[in-house]
Amino acid sequence: MTGGTTREDQAPIIGPGHTLRSVTDKISSVVLAQQTPKGWYVGFGIGFALLMLLLVSLTYLILMGTGIWGINNPVGWGFAIINLVWWIGIGHAGTLISAILLLVRQDWRTSINRFAEAMTLFAVACAAIFPLAHMGRPWLAYWLFPYPNTMAMWPNFRSPLVWDVFAIGTYATVSLLFWYVGLIPDLATLRDRSQTRTGRFVYGLLAMGWRGSARHWFRYETAYLLLAGLSTPLVVSVHTIVSFDFAVGIIPGWHATIFPPYFVAGAIFAGFAMVLIIAIPLRRVYGLDDFITMRHLDNMARVMLATGMFVCYGYMMEAFMAFYSANTFEEYMIRNRFAGPYAPWYWLLIACNAGSIQFLWFEKVRSNTLALFAIACVVSVGMWLERFIIVVTSLHRDFLPSSWGMYYPTFWDWSTYIGTMGLFLTLLMLFIRYLPMISIFEMRTLVPEAEVKPLEESGEEIA
Amino acid sequence: MSAAHESTRKPRLYGIIAEFSDPNDLVVAAQRTHEAGYRRIDAFTPYPIEELAEAMGIHHTILPLLVLIGGIIGLVGGISLQYWTSAVDYPLNVGGKPFFSWPAFLPVTFETTVLLAALTAVFGMLALNGLPMPYHPVFSAPRFALASRDRFFLCIEASDPKFDLDDTTRFLQRLQPRAISEVED
Repeated sequence: MTGGTTREDQAPIIGPGHTLRSVTDKISSVVLAQQTPKGWYVGFGIGFALLMLLLVSLTYLILMGTGIWGINNPVGWGFAIINLVWWIGIGHAGTLISAILLLVRQDWRTSINRFAEAMTLFAVACAAIFPLAHMGRPWLAYWLFPYPNTMAMWPNFRSPLVWDVFAIGTYATVSLLFWYVGLIPDLATLRDRSQTRTGRFVYGLLAMGWRGSARHWFRYETAYLLLAGLSTPLVVSVHTIVSFDFAVGIIPGWHATIFPPYFVAGAIFAGFAMVLIIAIPLRRVYGLDDFITMRHLDNMARVMLATGMFVCYGYMMEAFMAFYSANTFEEYMIRNRFAGPYAPWYWLLIACNAGSIQFLWFEKVRSNTLALFAIACVVSVGMWLERFIIVVTSLHRDFLPSSWGMYYPTFWDWSTYIGTMGLFLTLLMLFIRYLPMISIFEMRTLVPEAEVKPLEESGEEIA
Repeated sequence: MSAAHESTRKPRLYGIIAEFSDPNDLVVAAQRTHEAGYRRIDAFTPYPIEELAEAMGIHHTILPLLVLIGGIIGLVGGISLQYWTSAVDYPLNVGGKPFFSWPAFLPVTFETTVLLAALTAVFGMLALNGLPMPYHPVFSAPRFALASRDRFFLCIEASDPKFDLDDTTRFLQRLQPRAISEVED
């Protein structure tokens, strides 16, 4: 990802002086220590309060129906679809870090993959709420699955919306498995180091009796590599299929072949922004500067810059193709984005996603955590606006001016959206408190003490 | 009752375990043990060591083959499901497309392939490793809890044909471990 630079050229990926023991103790102490930092309570408190807001919003939604939202004719896909795409996109960085960077042997991924994978799971959980809620009758969600039923009907497998069910379902399952498999050896460490009976019991149960056997490690490494290999095309397929929800439709602004790569790049862009938003406060509060070093932040900023430039290319091609196609409706769509009723949001999106990342060209900015945090927040807002513009501007004025309309989100749209942030934050805080947020066993492989001489040398000694 | 019963029975020996504090020592020890002809051996480490597997003569696992089979089942299952539901059981004309419009079925087929392969990788790995197994004799070895932190262990099992309590203990002592202990079953 960061070009052909070798390890020696750059700052180390783990602070000096660390040993197998210190790495283990430092990371497991976050979970096993008796006192929890104040920052955790603040984060959990905010998250939990917002989670309650989500519960209220969803309860009211189920009682009243989707009429409480701002969706209407012609804009039938409001916040629900915008937020679905936004959350799913955020999840993609976790899989990219854990699978793709593993395959290309980027060992700096080690200290960030665990919580990035957790972020993926929680983001997918938040995302899944929206299509379910958008159904209107979420208790009939099982109709999406192909099961023999008294109606003698099957899902229409030619529909991208059914593809979505399979793509997101598979993605959630495989992400969970990948995350859990990665956790097993660390759960064994927590089992062995826990001082309490409950801790030993619960972590012991979850570790399934892992004992670090060489035979087990061999199959474990094989399985982990295979999972990485399977997750890599999977993650690309998921946002591709999400983009098909739009691209297979004939609405101007959606019916574009650039959508799959543009969506995947946007997903990784948004996801790395979210990883930075989580990593920067985390290393501050828990003093993890030795593990999540400036080099990690720098690399993530570079990935953000690169994928952000892909996304900018997408914006340019959208505009170019609208004019080049000589299609009246396509051309109107882009003119409407540039100067229509939602134009301020379009230009804000361009400023956020194309403008703010240009600062990342400078080393000074990349080495300033505050600036990085701010840019990551701006990018998250920008990526949400991008989905807003794609969903709303295309639907609100399509072919017939007689069916044009406007879309305004309501209080309940906002409360549901902000509520899912509460769900995300709550799950994240619980994860940080009860599970090792950095992969302990993979960090062990990075300390100098862990290095093993190649076998040939030791073989000669024996002879 | 059971305690009284156990106290009358002499526990069987599971094996002899040697403890090392340096991964290099463990790898050398494992290699010598393997060269000495011991086959029912196992090492316990806090992180995966490629050289160790090599030293112990572990070269092969059928896991990739199982994953391939799982993937093929997912592929065939996915495409058959869509063929049968769309073209056989309830043929429905959607936009004038053929009933078996296979290009439109590829995304779901891809997802079922990956899903089945990934499930096979995880549950196959656990099954081949014999997990979950909440208790194992080596857990009772002294300081074994450190195997998940910074200590390395090598165990020769009593069920090995070459195993002899005195000979094997002497053999392990020559490998200069930190400590040696007997593990009871």
